Amino acid sequence: MYSYTDFDAAFVATRNRQFRHQVERRISGALTEDEFKPLRLMNGLYLQLHAYMLRVAIPYGTLRSAQMDQLALLAEKWDKGYGHFTTRQNIQYNWPELRDVPDMLDALAEVGMHAIQTSGNTIRNVTADHFAGAAEGEVADPRPVAELLRQWSTDHPEFQFLPRKFKIAVTGCDADRAVIKAHDIGIQVVRQDGRIGYRVLVGGGLGRTPMIGKEIAPFVALPNLLPYVEAVVSVWNLLGRRDNKYKARIKITVHEHGIDEIRALVDRRFQETRAAFGGDALDIFDDIAAQFLPPAFRNAPTDAFDAACDADPTFRAWADTNLSAHRAPGYAIAQISLKAHGETPGDASAEQMRVMADLARTYGHDELRITHEQNVVLPHVHKSDLPAIHKILKAHGLATANIGRISDIIACPGMDYCALATARSIPIAQEIATRFDELKIENDIGELKIKISGCINACGHHHVGHIGILGLDRAGVENYQITLGGDATETAALGERTGPGFPAEGVVPAIERIVETYMAERTGPEESFLQAYRRLGMDPFKTALYGEDAGKKTRAA
Amino acid sequence: MPKAFTPKVITANALVEGDVVYLAADDSWVRALRDAEVFTDEAVAQVRLLDAQSRPAEVVGVYLADVAPSPDGPQPVHFREAFRARGPSNHAHGKQETA
Repeated sequence: MYSYTDFDAAFVATRNRQFRHQVERRISGALTEDEFKPLRLMNGLYLQLHAYMLRVAIPYGTLRSAQMDQLALLAEKWDKGYGHFTTRQNIQYNWPELRDVPDMLDALAEVGMHAIQTSGNTIRNVTADHFAGAAEGEVADPRPVAELLRQWSTDHPEFQFLPRKFKIAVTGCDADRAVIKAHDIGIQVVRQDGRIGYRVLVGGGLGRTPMIGKEIAPFVALPNLLPYVEAVVSVWNLLGRRDNKYKARIKITVHEHGIDEIRALVDRRFQETRAAFGGDALDIFDDIAAQFLPPAFRNAPTDAFDAACDADPTFRAWADTNLSAHRAPGYAIAQISLKAHGETPGDASAEQMRVMADLARTYGHDELRITHEQNVVLPHVHKSDLPAIHKILKAHGLATANIGRISDIIACPGMDYCALATARSIPIAQEIATRFDELKIENDIGELKIKISGCINACGHHHVGHIGILGLDRAGVENYQITLGGDATETAALGERTGPGFPAEGVVPAIERIVETYMAERTGPEESFLQAYRRLGMDPFKTALYGEDAGKKTRAA
Repeated sequence: MPKAFTPKVITANALVEGDVVYLAADDSWVRALRDAEVFTDEAVAQVRLLDAQSRPAEVVGVYLADVAPSPDGPQPVHFREAFRARGPSNHAHGKQETA
């Protein structure tokens, strides 16, 4: 785990002091809102529908227990006792008052955290595979590179006024859990001829014009990575469409110019950046990488785990859905679902945060992860400890056994909080989860990822949901479009619209009809929803939703 | 015939607390929609809006919102304004906490 250097601590402290003065000047009237807004956004502070919202960076989704404890303290002291974990592995506080925010930022700095560049037209918090350092088949832990990129991008003088925001995600595995193909830059750690390097994708993104990222370089060696990424951002910084906010992201630049032209421009710029960089980044990288070494795993029998699986069906069900294979013998990756049926996806109370922090301290080598799917991970737990962990989770409403199931829904805050939203997301997620829990068919359905956004900006990743739901305002009424066949992994795909949207009360019945169709048409339980959709196409689902004629029309077209 | 003017209130977010406020007839900012001044004359609404926008040390993002007058005071026309007047639907937080 990365610990702040004196330089990092001094940098954050200076920034916090500056922001404290900026807040004071805003409250005194010395700064207008137009002057203050870019300053607060640089420090993660939004003004939403009902209140300010502070978005705190959790770089590459990794937290120590003490940091999670501090997030709980913020929730209790300056918010309403909870926090909301987001699809960018961050946490948001929905109710701070302006004058308290500088104190919140100082409290975060005590544990090496901040809210810098969680908003604004800058390079945002770098995200990574939430199983980093634990997953089987990983070429290398992606987090040292993510941390290197964080340090490089923080307060980067050339990139503080970009055409638009810029998001980077890193994975160390072929199996992509970081959605790298839907980021401005996606980086995959790869091995070529025994050497570690980085495959770089560019121009992915969701929002109103969703695009799958394209490969710009198959292999960039470590010494070249920062100059190469800098070349990409700097080419876009000049070419990007500042005339039109909706065409300003790099995905549009790549689309308009073509990947080959962009690659040629980047290669030319790279000759300059490489010369300018020298070798300093390499020394820094080694220091960073040394802080992400795996913990000392223990050799111990797993009999207690096997016995609990046999004796306790609740534990077994949780183990079946919420555990993933760990690279170390006897260990598991345990996901803690923040998707209890009927609750808000991604919300955790201060008490729950402390429970998770304690579990990580006691059983999990002091490490926690936040997933872009709005859950929490204990990345390194010995299987013999899992029965005890499960018992504690259960006592605090954290043992929901639904990871990857239909109720494990990504939902953006939507119009319950967000000033940009066109409809609500959270109640739709709550209703779907509640309904399928009542039906008791979640495990029969198997893997099915629903993702809901409350506006076209797609914070809820609806384009890449197996079932995607997009909330819109249709003549003053909430209306929901449904897409099918999206995929957020290494086989990334954008979902296809079923047809006309549904009113809020029509969404759950529509999802039920889609699921019934899948269950009836699948070759067997081993064929997932996504596989079945890819085999069957849209027709049967369209027929189920809109009647026989609609299905026929698709076939004729 | 020109389109009838939809009655309006002036609304914004309070600078320090961030919560939704409405302009009352006595020029104070009030927290409940029922206490807001309702404008039925477009010219008056526009002048009052300009005045309200010149108070940046008190509020942020001043604008006119449509309402429907009722015996219980003005009611939101659009669902966005209904949420602003009440609070989120997943937690009983915001204005509904004290309503």
